[in-house]
Amino acid sequence: MRPQQVTMERKDAEREAVFELRNVSVFYGSQKAVNDVSMDIYRNTITALIGPSGCGKSTLLRSLNRMNDLIPDARVEGEVLYQGADMYSPRVNPVQVRKKIGMVFQRPNPFPKSIYDNVAFGPRTLGMTGDMDEIVERALRGAALWDDVKDRLKDNAYGMSGGQQQRLCIARAIATEPEVILMDEPCSALDPVSTGRIEDLMLELKERFTIVVVTHNMQQAARVSDMTAFLMVQMGADEHSRWGELVEYDETNRIFTNPADERTDNYVSGRIG
Amino acid sequence: MTTRVNEAGDVSRPSLKASSPRYGEKLIKAFLFVCAGLSVLVTTAIVISLLVPTVDFFTEVSITEFLFGTEWRPGRGTQTSYGVLPIVVGTLNITLIALVVAIPVGLLSAFYLSEYANPRLRKIVKPVLEVLAGIPTVAIGLFALYFLKPFFADLLPWVDLDGLFSQGVAGIAVGLMIVPLVASVAEDAMRAVPPGLREGAYALGATKLRVSLKVVFPAAISGIVAACVLAASRAIGETMVVLIAAGASPKLIGPWEFGESVLTMTAYIGRTATGDIATGTITYKTIFAVGALLFVMTLIMNLISIRLVRRFREVYE
Repeated sequence: MRPQQVTMERKDAEREAVFELRNVSVFYGSQKAVNDVSMDIYRNTITALIGPSGCGKSTLLRSLNRMNDLIPDARVEGEVLYQGADMYSPRVNPVQVRKKIGMVFQRPNPFPKSIYDNVAFGPRTLGMTGDMDEIVERALRGAALWDDVKDRLKDNAYGMSGGQQQRLCIARAIATEPEVILMDEPCSALDPVSTGRIEDLMLELKERFTIVVVTHNMQQAARVSDMTAFLMVQMGADEHSRWGELVEYDETNRIFTNPADERTDNYVSGRIG
Repeated sequence: MTTRVNEAGDVSRPSLKASSPRYGEKLIKAFLFVCAGLSVLVTTAIVISLLVPTVDFFTEVSITEFLFGTEWRPGRGTQTSYGVLPIVVGTLNITLIALVVAIPVGLLSAFYLSEYANPRLRKIVKPVLEVLAGIPTVAIGLFALYFLKPFFADLLPWVDLDGLFSQGVAGIAVGLMIVPLVASVAEDAMRAVPPGLREGAYALGATKLRVSLKVVFPAAISGIVAACVLAASRAIGETMVVLIAAGASPKLIGPWEFGESVLTMTAYIGRTATGDIATGTITYKTIFAVGALLFVMTLIMNLISIRLVRRFREVYE
């Protein structure tokens, strides 16, 4: 059951890889959550991770900015290279990693502070110099939120709608000028209109950032992403061991129209999952 | 309940009326109401029982003399004086010293348990803290007298700790006593902060310290202030430790005079309210006046803290 790698190698020559995953497995304690994933993630593309619940797509995403470090007993095996450097080398500080790689979560999680302070939190954490008002404005414009909130920057972020809160979280993530933005089902708590706005925003943002998005919504993956990775649950010998595996990784177009693996075909056509 | 069933209605249709009048339920409801009413009633009764002798007291001693007098010599004798200030100051000194110990130690322990400690360690330490909060205060008083006092006499040789009693030692003992309370309540408040907020901050490259101070602390501030107020209330109302370790001399001194003995309001009440006190005497009325003042002080403190919390609270959800 090796993941399809043939087509990947063809692309390597054309695009610059930001992440190179080499036989990455993630464990929670003795439980394996993700098994042996190898894939490259390319600059200024949107890469979607799709698959049924429990297939480890969020776990895999969180291994890209070392968020799994926050969970006791979580452990990553294999190599995650970020711009050629081993991200899990003992000399690397996870805090430094997260400064370069931003993240947007499933549920909007603005801080219970003003809109302004939410956006300024990251730049202040990094000790960014320059006019903070300008940094905040640029980030809010980048997240297509400036016109909505410019007159109430001092208001509490929890007074906003869910879609606005999520765009605020995106503004917060891009305020620190990261290189990559990881999105963990960013639209799952939003209505279709807000979802559409976030998707438009993602297409805009990929000009400046590399985006990796986990989604349970296949249409969303088809609409926004350039590359799609399909993961699936594998059952182990006994009933309690189950983990996620990468089935196929290719251009989104191909995954949705002419996938190489039958299981991918079954999933994207809605026959399973 | 708004429409009545037609008495002459169709018999064949199923009735929605209860099959029995359900007296049991009404009885339980009434019983619960009486229980709830009782606690309100008892509280009111306590206030009134404090108030009646207090009003009586002020027919004999003027309010100005009581509140602003600086000599506390109540009871019999020729030179009686009812200036409550020295024992108010004694109480405030003990409270202040206790809070200087309890709030930093308690809050830092709470931060450690909530943000830094391994979950397995927390599972052990949290119940231990809660047990510590239940140690009888008499034992803390004895600990202060027989362990803390000699300890501080050795540790701070330049401080005059010759006497048996010291407001500093008593205050520190009260402080140590309420550390578990502060830690436990503040930790609960910090744990209640949604994990998503922490993740959001970590994902921005914040360190643990920054997440604790800039995200968890402000989000938990109302619970943390509640912990501090609870601590202050415990310290103001603490009787046994100060009775044993603080002494009995009403003095108008600052909290920095570590080795001096003081009399607190609670200790005065505790040592005066003994079996041989005759009801209706001025001494009897005095303890109620002091008790009422203690009640008012705690009340004011609680009101202030409620306003503080409203002001600084960061509401999430």
